[in-house]
Amino acid sequence: MRRGQTFERLMQTVFFLCACVAVASVILICIFLFSGGAPALKEIGVLRFLTGRRWEPGRETFGVLTMIAGSFAVTLGAVLLGVPVGILTAVYLSFFCPPKLRRVLRPAVDLLAGIPSVVYGFFGLTVLVPAVRRLFGGSGYSVLAVSAVLAIMILPTVVSVSESSLSAVGDGYYEGARALGAGHERSVFRVMLPAARSGISAAVTLGLGRAIGESMAVVMVAGNQAIFPKSLLVGTRTLTSNIVLEMGYAADLHADALIATGVVLFVIVMLNNLIFALLRRRRMKK
Amino acid sequence: MSQFRIQNLNLYYGSFQALKGVNLDIPERRATAFIGPSGCGKSTLLKTLNRMTDLVEDCRVEGKVLFDGKNILSRLTDVNTLRRRVGMVFQKPNPFPMSIYENIAFGPRTHGVRKKEELDELVERSLTEAALWGEVKDRLRKSALGLSGGQQQRLCIARALAVQPEVLLMDEPTSALDPISTARIEELVLGLKREYTVVMVTHHMQQAKRVSDRTVFFLLGEVVEAGDTERLFSSPQDARTGDYINGRFG
Ligand SMILES: Nc1ncnc2c1ncn2[C@@H]1O[C@H](COP(=O)(O)OP(=O)(O)O)[C@@H](O)[C@H]1O
Ligand SMILES: [Mg+2]
Repeated sequence: MRRGQTFERLMQTVFFLCACVAVASVILICIFLFSGGAPALKEIGVLRFLTGRRWEPGRETFGVLTMIAGSFAVTLGAVLLGVPVGILTAVYLSFFCPPKLRRVLRPAVDLLAGIPSVVYGFFGLTVLVPAVRRLFGGSGYSVLAVSAVLAIMILPTVVSVSESSLSAVGDGYYEGARALGAGHERSVFRVMLPAARSGISAAVTLGLGRAIGESMAVVMVAGNQAIFPKSLLVGTRTLTSNIVLEMGYAADLHADALIATGVVLFVIVMLNNLIFALLRRRRMKK
Repeated sequence: MSQFRIQNLNLYYGSFQALKGVNLDIPERRATAFIGPSGCGKSTLLKTLNRMTDLVEDCRVEGKVLFDGKNILSRLTDVNTLRRRVGMVFQKPNPFPMSIYENIAFGPRTHGVRKKEELDELVERSLTEAALWGEVKDRLRKSALGLSGGQQQRLCIARALAVQPEVLLMDEPTSALDPISTARIEELVLGLKREYTVVMVTHHMQQAKRVSDRTVFFLLGEVVEAGDTERLFSSPQDARTGDYINGRFG
C-alpha cells in the first residue's frame, strides 16, 4: 500500500519533469529566436525588413517581402492542390472503400507521412521539375513545382486527420439521412462531411503548417531566386529556404537577418494557428 | 385498411435468425405499438418496414412485406422513395449538426424541392405539426444541437414529416427523454395518428396503453400476440403475453 503510493508519487514527479522539459524547450526556443532576431530588426528597422523587396547581403540590404510572398504563394498552391485531394481521399477511405482495401490503404497513408522530406524533394527534382519544364517551358524550377511537391507532402496529414474525424462522426447522422430517403452519396457529402468540418479544418491547419515550414524539399525544386512570384512558372524563394541556403556562410548582420527571417516565419505560423483556433471557437459557440 | 401486410417474414443477421415467420397486418391511420423484452426483434421488424435493414451487412430477409399492395422487399423497390413515404424517428434524437431550418429542409431538398417559399412553408408546417414551431420560430438559423433533448426529438419528428410521408416509424422515441418531454411526445403521437400510420416500439407498457390502438407482443423473434390494445392488456390470450404485461419477466 505505502510502497504503491511512493511509486505513484515518484512517477508523478517524473511526468511533471518531462512536461517541464517540453515547456522549457519551447520557451528557450522563443527566447533564442527573439533575442537573436532583435538586433537585426532594430538595425534594419522592422518595417523596412518586412516590406523591403531586395535581399542583397553584399550591400547589407535585407528585405524579406519577396520571401514572404514566396512562402504564401507555395503554401496557397499546396493547400489548393493538396486539401481537396486529401479530403476526397479521406471520404473515399471512410465511406466508399471496400473494408479489405481500406485495411491496406490506411496504414499506407500513415507510412507516407513518415517519408523524409528530402525524398519528396528528390522526387520533385527528378519527376516534377522536368514535367513542368516539358509542359509549360522554362526551367521547371517554379512555384508550381514547389506547390505540387508540398501538396504531396501534406497529403498524408490531411488524409489521416480528415479520415479520423470522419470516422468519429456518429452513425446516427448517416442513418438519419438515409431514413429520409437520401442516397449514400448525398448522405456522405451533405451530412457526414459537414459534420466533420471542425476536424477537417484542423487537418487543413496542420497541413498548412507543414507546408509553410518545409525547407529541404522546397530548396531542391524552387530555383531559389529571391524574386516576386508573379506567375506559377517563375522560381521562388521562401522564408525557410532563405535561411537554409545562406546560414552556412553568413556572418554578422547577415546572420542576424537570417535569424530575423526565422522570427517572421515563427510569427506567421503562430498567426495561422491562432486564426484557426479563433474560427473554431466561433463555430463552436454558434 | 391495412397499410402493411407482413407475410412469413424471416430475417437473419448472418446465421442468427432475428425474426421467425412473422405474419402481421398493420392498419392505416392507427397507432400500432410493438412491445416485448429487449432483443426480441422489435427494432428489426420496424427497420424492415423502410428497408433500413439494408444498411446492415449480411442481413438477409425472406417472405413478403406488402405496402400499398407491392412487396417492398423486392429488388425492384426504390428504397429512397420508400423511405420518403415511410419516415423514421430513432431512439436517440439525431438532429444533424446544422441549423434547425436546414435540418427540416434537408429531406424536401433531397426529394427535389428547390423553391425557397415552398421550403419555408414546409418548414413552418412540419414544425407546427410537431408542436415545436412556437419554441423555435425565432431561432430557425441557430444550430439544432442547442435544443433540449425533447425538443431535438420533436425536431426529428418534424424532419420526418417534412417529406410528407404516409407512415411514421418510431423506435423507442422517448426512452432517452425526461417524463415531461415524454408526455409531450405521447400527446403529439395521439394527434399524428389521425393523419399518419404510426408504428412505435416501446419499452413502456403504460405508453403502449396510452397511445396505441393496436399492440403487438414479441418474444424471441416471434409475434406471440397481436390485437386491439385494450383487449390485449385486459385479456391476453397467450399466457406469455399475460406474464409479460404483468411484469413477471423481461
Ligand atoms: N446489426 C446486427 N447484427 C447482428 N445482430 C443484430 C443486429 N441488430 C440486432 N441484432 C440482434 O437481433 C436481435 C433483435 O434485435 P433488435 O431488433 O434490436 O431487438 P429489440 O429492438 O427488440 O430490442 C437481438 O438478438 C440482437 O442482438
Ligand atoms: Mg430496439
